[in-house]
Amino acid sequence: MKYLFKILRFDPRQDEHPYFQDYSYETEETKSVLEALMEIRNVQDCSLSFRYSCREAICGSCAMVVNGKFDLACRTELESLDSPLIVVEPLPNLEIQKDLVVDLDPFWEALVKIEPFLHSEGAIPEKGHRIEDEKIDKIFQYVNCILCGCCYSACPVVSKRENYLGPAALAKLYRFVKDPRDKRPFKNWSRVNTEGGAWGCHTIFKCNEVCPKEVRPADGIEALRRKLIVEKIKSLNPFKR
Amino acid sequence: MLSHDILIVGGGLAGLSAALSSDPSLSVAVISKVHPLRSHSVAAQGGINAALGNNPDGKDDSWERHAFDTIKGSDYLADQDTAELMCQEASLTIYELEHLGVPFSRFPGGVIAQRPFGGAGFPRTCYAADRTGLVILHTLYEQSVRQNVRFYNEWLVTQLVVKDGRCLGVIVYDLENAEFMPVQAKAVVFATGGYGRVYMKTTNAFINHGSGIGAAYRAGVPLKDLEFVQFHPTSLLGKNILITEGARGEGGYLVNNKGRRFMEDYAPRSMELSPRDIVARAIQTEIDKGNGYESQYVHLDIRHLGAEKIKKRLPGIREICINFAGLDPIDTPIPIQPAQHYSMGGIDVDKNCASAVEGFYAAGECACVSVHGANRLGGNSLLDTVVFGKIAGKKISEYVRGANGVTDSEKNLLDAALKFKNRVEGWRKKDSGEKFHILMGRLKALMNEKVGLFRNKNELAQCLETIQELREAYEYVYISGPCLRFSQELVNIIEYESMLDLAEVITIGALNREETRGSHYRLDFEKRNDDEWLKHTLITWKEGKPQISYKDVFIGKYQPAERKY
Repeated sequence: MKYLFKILRFDPRQDEHPYFQDYSYETEETKSVLEALMEIRNVQDCSLSFRYSCREAICGSCAMVVNGKFDLACRTELESLDSPLIVVEPLPNLEIQKDLVVDLDPFWEALVKIEPFLHSEGAIPEKGHRIEDEKIDKIFQYVNCILCGCCYSACPVVSKRENYLGPAALAKLYRFVKDPRDKRPFKNWSRVNTEGGAWGCHTIFKCNEVCPKEVRPADGIEALRRKLIVEKIKSLNPFKR
Repeated sequence: MLSHDILIVGGGLAGLSAALSSDPSLSVAVISKVHPLRSHSVAAQGGINAALGNNPDGKDDSWERHAFDTIKGSDYLADQDTAELMCQEASLTIYELEHLGVPFSRFPGGVIAQRPFGGAGFPRTCYAADRTGLVILHTLYEQSVRQNVRFYNEWLVTQLVVKDGRCLGVIVYDLENAEFMPVQAKAVVFATGGYGRVYMKTTNAFINHGSGIGAAYRAGVPLKDLEFVQFHPTSLLGKNILITEGARGEGGYLVNNKGRRFMEDYAPRSMELSPRDIVARAIQTEIDKGNGYESQYVHLDIRHLGAEKIKKRLPGIREICINFAGLDPIDTPIPIQPAQHYSMGGIDVDKNCASAVEGFYAAGECACVSVHGANRLGGNSLLDTVVFGKIAGKKISEYVRGANGVTDSEKNLLDAALKFKNRVEGWRKKDSGEKFHILMGRLKALMNEKVGLFRNKNELAQCLETIQELREAYEYVYISGPCLRFSQELVNIIEYESMLDLAEVITIGALNREETRGSHYRLDFEKRNDDEWLKHTLITWKEGKPQISYKDVFIGKYQPAERKY
């Protein structure tokens, strides 16, 4: 099978504008987009830059946009694209560092804002925590997030509102709030009770659509909203114990 | 010049454990060639061992039993004091991880779930479905965020700088800025992982070139037991992605083309849950005998576990099979074959993770303590990374608090950086020559063919000759790309030299070791020979070539006996 790759190229330190470069690529085997990119780099153009690591859709390095679809290049088979033309672009709404390599700092910074770590209390229980399996199951959907950045990059709100935390960070917050071991006070996490936080989501569900790990971050945002309302009502109830 | 008290190289489990346990009053930084969450630890699946005794079949388990299984599994090459240390620390380590946030799967009653694993007398492998590496790495990274650990991401360490037996720091290639610079440190920990990609067929990430081990070797640090290379029995046909041992732990069968559970012929008691070296050889033997499919694989059949259990306990491998083999293991057996997976050997360190070079430490897969000896048990590598990462962080902090400064350290580091820069310029000036990917491809194919599951003198000797040819070819390597920003070509050219070194050390060790032990199987010496070979191989880069020596194994309570499973 013969393919024409159109790959977005840009070195902000040299080029004025991004541009597409054409590469022809031929293979008889089943290849992923990542494998094809590596071969194109090795054989045709060693200046082509992109990130990769695990090649098994678990490390989150190789998120990019292929023929308009957000996905991990390692798990996208050329054949599945059903087209001899393969257009490869970096994740949008992020600064290009070089070619397909983007600056994910805004994504990581948003994550840090939700305090993405378990707020467990007290000493380590001698025989460990007791948690029912169902409770672990409930957070596992969000634990599966590999922080590849697809949802953040695809989110229409992120592209417009600079201070919006984005789907991954909010879903991660829900993962902790829902964890029976997490004792963060409501006043602490209710900081997301804003337009830059849980209420910023326009329920377009682009994040659910593009997530390569079926995390469905919007479920987490919805659940956060419900929890925010419930906690608010509780705090307003004068008869509460 | 950028300077820290402690530099940790590598942001996987061992590196992050070291960072989190270092003295926070010291200046600590982690250098990683990728973002820490992209480290290969993230791909670990099946679990982490500790004798918690939570499984109804594991009530009588103890850290001593865990230690015994580890030592027996190692074919008695593990140092028994260090294996005991690791197993003693195991339970507390699990509870600590859990308290930090790791969402382990549970048993009824809410305790941490445990599944059986190969070579273990009791079910003692704790897990989070089959994404145990993901959850532990993310948890430790989260804690690093909490503790404000300083990270330098996408910096490749190209050299460890040692002068008069004392570590001064490292030279790095900053990928984003295409800069080559020295970083000074009072002490350095390497937690750089394994070298799986020295082999063509490996479960390891594309980035696992072993350049950390290579850098230590070139700085004169001895490497230990590198001939012991673990081949995982079950990697997915094609891309050789890991299919966890947990699939067999949950009850999966290995079946040949006659529909037989052939492990009966190799290890009738433990069957599919024998140690990895034994299962991997059994699979390869079946394939070689013509009992495989298309002469390259056998089946891992988990269909009888049922859809519900597969979805709950093995969702990750189901996803991998669907994504990368186009099959659903609920309905179809998984085509598997052995592939390189892990390095038992590594940088020679003691139980404090300290090497022979003052101020230089190592932990995790890049290090050899040795707890795994000639064959590592499944579930022990995550434990190793967390336990010894922590020990490294503590011991290096103690060291730094008592260490004196070194005169001329800056000058030596600057000289080394300049020398390295000139080397890169040399590769750049050439406009033709050898391309790295062709050389790398040749080396990988060579190692797969000559230093695999079954070895013999002739092939090992031939392999060494070809490595020499590849070394000569490396002299002609050149950089073809015009830009050095995010240049994976440059990364590969630098790392390829380490790969050559490691391939040579693995092969020399294997050629010299005229016995069969654990993962090292010599067709011309099929028996273990304790009289002559119950010892660790040490190979040191000295005067421009590898020098071989040996070191005693620490034998404690357990006298070497024949392994039966």
